[in-house]
Amino acid sequence: MTFNNHIAITPELVADHGLKLDEYQKIIQLIGRAPTYTELGIFSAMWNEHCSYKSSKKWLRTLPTTGERVIQGPGENAGVVDIGDGQAIVFKMESHNHPSYIEPYQGAATGVGGILRDVFTMGARPVAAMNALRFGAPEHEKTKHLVAGVVAGVGGYGNSFGVPTVGGEVEFDERYNGNILVNAFAAGLADTDKIFYSKAEGVGLPVVYLGAKTGRDGVGGATMASAEFGDDIEEKRPTVQVGDPFTEKRLLEACLELMATGAVIAIQDMGAAGLTCSAVEMGAKGDLGVELNLDMVPVREDAMTPYEMMLSESQERMLMVLHPEKEAEARAVFEKWELDFATVGKTTDDLRFRVMWKGEEVANLPIKELGDEAPEYDRPWTAPVPPKALAADDIPQMDVADALLRMLASPALSSRRWVYEQYDTLIQGNSLQRPGGDAGVIRVEGHATKALAFSSDVTPRYCEADAYEGGKQAVAECWRNLTATGADPLAATDNLNFGNPERPEIMGQFVHAVKGIGDACRALGFPIVSGNVSLYNETNGRGILPTPTIGGVGLIPDWSKMARIGFAGEDQAILLFGAPDWWGTHLGQSIYLREMFKRKDGTPPPVDLDHEKKVGDLVRILIRDGIATAVHDLSDGGLAVGVAEMAMASGIGATVNQLDGGDPIPLFFGEDQGRYLVTMTRENLEKFYAEIYPYAGVFAPWIGTTGGKTLKLGEARPVAVAELRKAHEGWFPEFMKGEITEV
Amino acid sequence: MKAAVVVFPGLNRDRDMIAALTKIGGEAPAVVWHKDAEIPKVDLIVIPGGFSYGDYLRVGAIAARSPVMDTIRDRAAHGVKVMGVCNGFQILSEAGLVPGVLMRNASLKFVCREVKLQIENASTPFTRGYKQGQIIRCPVAHHDGNYFADAETLARVEGQGQVAFRYADGTNPNGSINDIAGVFNEKKNVLGLMPHPENLIEAAHGGSDGRQLFSGLLNAA
Repeated sequence: MTFNNHIAITPELVADHGLKLDEYQKIIQLIGRAPTYTELGIFSAMWNEHCSYKSSKKWLRTLPTTGERVIQGPGENAGVVDIGDGQAIVFKMESHNHPSYIEPYQGAATGVGGILRDVFTMGARPVAAMNALRFGAPEHEKTKHLVAGVVAGVGGYGNSFGVPTVGGEVEFDERYNGNILVNAFAAGLADTDKIFYSKAEGVGLPVVYLGAKTGRDGVGGATMASAEFGDDIEEKRPTVQVGDPFTEKRLLEACLELMATGAVIAIQDMGAAGLTCSAVEMGAKGDLGVELNLDMVPVREDAMTPYEMMLSESQERMLMVLHPEKEAEARAVFEKWELDFATVGKTTDDLRFRVMWKGEEVANLPIKELGDEAPEYDRPWTAPVPPKALAADDIPQMDVADALLRMLASPALSSRRWVYEQYDTLIQGNSLQRPGGDAGVIRVEGHATKALAFSSDVTPRYCEADAYEGGKQAVAECWRNLTATGADPLAATDNLNFGNPERPEIMGQFVHAVKGIGDACRALGFPIVSGNVSLYNETNGRGILPTPTIGGVGLIPDWSKMARIGFAGEDQAILLFGAPDWWGTHLGQSIYLREMFKRKDGTPPPVDLDHEKKVGDLVRILIRDGIATAVHDLSDGGLAVGVAEMAMASGIGATVNQLDGGDPIPLFFGEDQGRYLVTMTRENLEKFYAEIYPYAGVFAPWIGTTGGKTLKLGEARPVAVAELRKAHEGWFPEFMKGEITEV
Repeated sequence: MKAAVVVFPGLNRDRDMIAALTKIGGEAPAVVWHKDAEIPKVDLIVIPGGFSYGDYLRVGAIAARSPVMDTIRDRAAHGVKVMGVCNGFQILSEAGLVPGVLMRNASLKFVCREVKLQIENASTPFTRGYKQGQIIRCPVAHHDGNYFADAETLARVEGQGQVAFRYADGTNPNGSINDIAGVFNEKKNVLGLMPHPENLIEAAHGGSDGRQLFSGLLNAA
């Protein structure tokens, strides 16, 4: 085999590497000569959108990332937040959108694998996972195949690895027909004094490669993920990696064992852009150079070129800088777990990134410029124009009971049981609330009362209509879902999925969404501690709905006082906290308009952040005081859907009143923000209105009572809870009937 | 009573099992790595759930041929109680320590949900905490729990009281023959079961129906 590192770099070759001509000029300026072939590959890996955040960095800097409890904000493998008692929760959400569309099973599986690795790289044992999935229209020819493959892939990896999936989202919209979204979240527990970082320290220390062998899979994956899709998409399958959860599980145990020996100085997983990105990041962060000898890299196949080795995205691999005197001890740990262990290089003091292969220097580049000084763009953007508000008298009519049943049976609101029953939701034995409620909750193992709540949220149709309000709403809904369990929302991770940032209107959506997220995070004291940006989610020039997914973590001091969504008993009062005078008013961008009338007009419901905080803080106190017996936040589908979900979760019916003299449609289906349904016993109801309500400054009308086997909404005909359940549970299995899950 | 938990690479419910044995038995079990030369002298050996060796070959097949299984087979022959849960059951069946095989779920999908189990034989060390015919709640989480045995074996298993648990009230999650969820060997000192009683032992789990299996076993000897 011959490998020519010095082939002529043509404009076509530059374009194939996803680099623009001006970026290529910058490379020449930087190194004072034309790059070698391997060097071009390295630049393309480091400077693509996925790895460099070149379009988004300017705006990401505006997000609040600090707080009393924040130990580590963005910039590391994951964010780290103090949960007291010397422990921290380490978490992040990351997209695997492009590969999952090309190869759904492996794309989703390796998305889960990648995010788990980000968490245990920092010394944390993964304790919870979530997945926010967005697919095209149910009737689109690819949707069933993609749903089946992605769900099987998420389960196949997470179940085998052994982490409970405690929550997530599944949504359908035709705007995802050509670009699905797979956003994987993972969280792990670590001791605050045993967190591991990627910054290398010390000159002349061994750089050690651990884990699985390097193959040709995923070469150029990060570059592929930084471009739009065209009609040649099927040709991109080889850029998708193949996951091996068995190796990942062994890698987890081996890494945690190795960290306990004190041998690890710095550690970085090989994710996007593999060996290149991990080595450059460790060196650049520590102001050190790195020299790699590729002859030492464990390879899966013969005759791999240095170009392929540097760009391979083979999974389940780690790079570490180790204390040399502990190298033998470290090697023994990896031999026990039957994983590869090879010293592949050393740290240097010259700030160069050098790659040796068969005695030849195939790359010699300035490490800082490759890494933390990659190009950055202030892309032009145009402010999105929000749509016109609905006219006050524009209220399409429909029977309330019929509408509720149809909405519960719609792709938008139907039960996701078909999905989450394919995930192991109870492994580790700490799952207190599994999918189906407002948030997933796990107890903190080893602590008598503490628990953690997790929720993932965004309403893309709101973001499409008004990116700023939509960004605010994503944060507020996540904060609200955590609050509804009784948790203190601690911090969040953001996974920002957008179209092509080179189009000013898409960049405008991005800028506005980030502004909205920032404002909401500041107002709610809910900093962003980690995240990921996925741009170029476009096919043949058509972008996805702007989808800034927010994954949040909350702390419950005593889980015996946690709230759930199911009604807790008969004859309890139902109160609507945070209600406007007419309980529900806002139909613009609602599920009611979209699902019943195919209308996507109007403004999304605005979020009043002060109101949001005041209502949430009150609800949390009522949960912790034991006054609230069940709590559910209101979101898609409004009051009617919220109360139906509480009835279905418990099997207990309810009667909800209707205000006299106005239209019941906005009252029951409006999607006004900052609202919760809270139940309490009659005894506590009196106490609440006498002792707490006068000082609360929150409108919380008593709107109904639990009991019986039917749900009666105002003047509408009563509907049996069993009928609601049938409608709610029916759609997904029927839709997926006859699907092919095997790969 | 002394217990040991045997761990193969890729098992992932070892921690759940160790927690259940410790919480209910009051004493942490010995944890035996598959390459350890010896299993300490114990009254109960447990193989927990997971995906040994990734289950890339037939489920449980590689672990079942591991040298430690010879020791377990020998101990079982001498009356030591052996329990395999989920992947542990698959390993025991591959090793021939319990009758029958476990095939891919009829749905072809992984399934994690709560089912009902009927206690089919309450007069064994494993099941004496329950009443004969009692129906309990229990979670399952598996991809390959579809129990099958040929007609002759099945007749023997059914005829000799070797069925330990049966899915009840139409909750069979995997299409197993005769709704079988767990089986004994002929001497009733080896049990294999698909469901996870170790994940339903305390208030935090939303119930404790799995608890009597452990309390019956551990408080006995």
